[in-house]
Amino acid sequence: MNLTSAASPTDELELVLALRAGDEDAFTDLVNRYQAQMVKIALAYVPSHAIAEEVVQEAWLGVLNGIGRFEQRSQLKTWIMRIVMNRAKRRGAQEARTIPISAIRDEGADRETSVEPDRFRGQSDQWPGHWLVAPAGWSGIPEDRLLSKETLAHVGKALEALPESQREVITLRDVLGYSSAEVCNVLAISETNQRVLLHRARSRVRAAVERYIQQ
Amino acid sequence: MTCQELVELVTEYLEDTLAPSERVRFDAHLSTCLGCTAYIEQMRTTIRVLGKLSEESVSEAARRELLATFRTWKADVAKRDG
Repeated sequence: MNLTSAASPTDELELVLALRAGDEDAFTDLVNRYQAQMVKIALAYVPSHAIAEEVVQEAWLGVLNGIGRFEQRSQLKTWIMRIVMNRAKRRGAQEARTIPISAIRDEGADRETSVEPDRFRGQSDQWPGHWLVAPAGWSGIPEDRLLSKETLAHVGKALEALPESQREVITLRDVLGYSSAEVCNVLAISETNQRVLLHRARSRVRAAVERYIQQ
Repeated sequence: MTCQELVELVTEYLEDTLAPSERVRFDAHLSTCLGCTAYIEQMRTTIRVLGKLSEESVSEAARRELLATFRTWKADVAKRDG
């Protein structure tokens, strides 16, 4: 398993013990490591940054209250992220009652194609299923445009528009850089399911970036 | 393999989970198709841009609030245990 962003086990045990003893530096250390990730994860379930920060504040209190019972069977990071996720889901469900149901449901996801079918040549063509017009190369786009605030804001919007199950996977994998094994572990889903959700999510976000960049 | 089939397999390709025979067909298509080569490059770029969303620091306000939460918690524990 590739656990690049995780603390080593001894390091983690020390942190847990220090936190139980009420060591403020240990707490600050954990906040520095995980706060930003926790906000991103919460954002996969709740509609605004402000609410995500509230949820994360609550989650930290959950972490503090639960640290006495934390067992080393799961990783500290996984345990913390599950606490955030559970709280964010609950809060997201409360908030959802006030937004239209059409914004939540993802109808037709099973029939979904990665690219609009009309981008390909039809059955009667000499080359059925091949690009009608080939996708544009993006390597000529300057970095400062590609990574501009405007582009990132568009990508953020594309994430918001995803169904929740896709958004949670792509947030963990591509925004936060978790390995597929970690994502399966945190979300308790199979490798295959994880890959299908990731594929749909990435395909939709790519299409959104394409629409924005080539407009 | 057509371009339309290839785009459905891109994640499996990037995750390196394609069956060996499928991988051969995928690579063969890619070696002659500029459109699909560009598509995969677009996908890699998309993933890279997504990674930039996480570069955000913790706000001072959030940090202060968290420390207050921590100190209250610590005081409560001390009261309960003491």
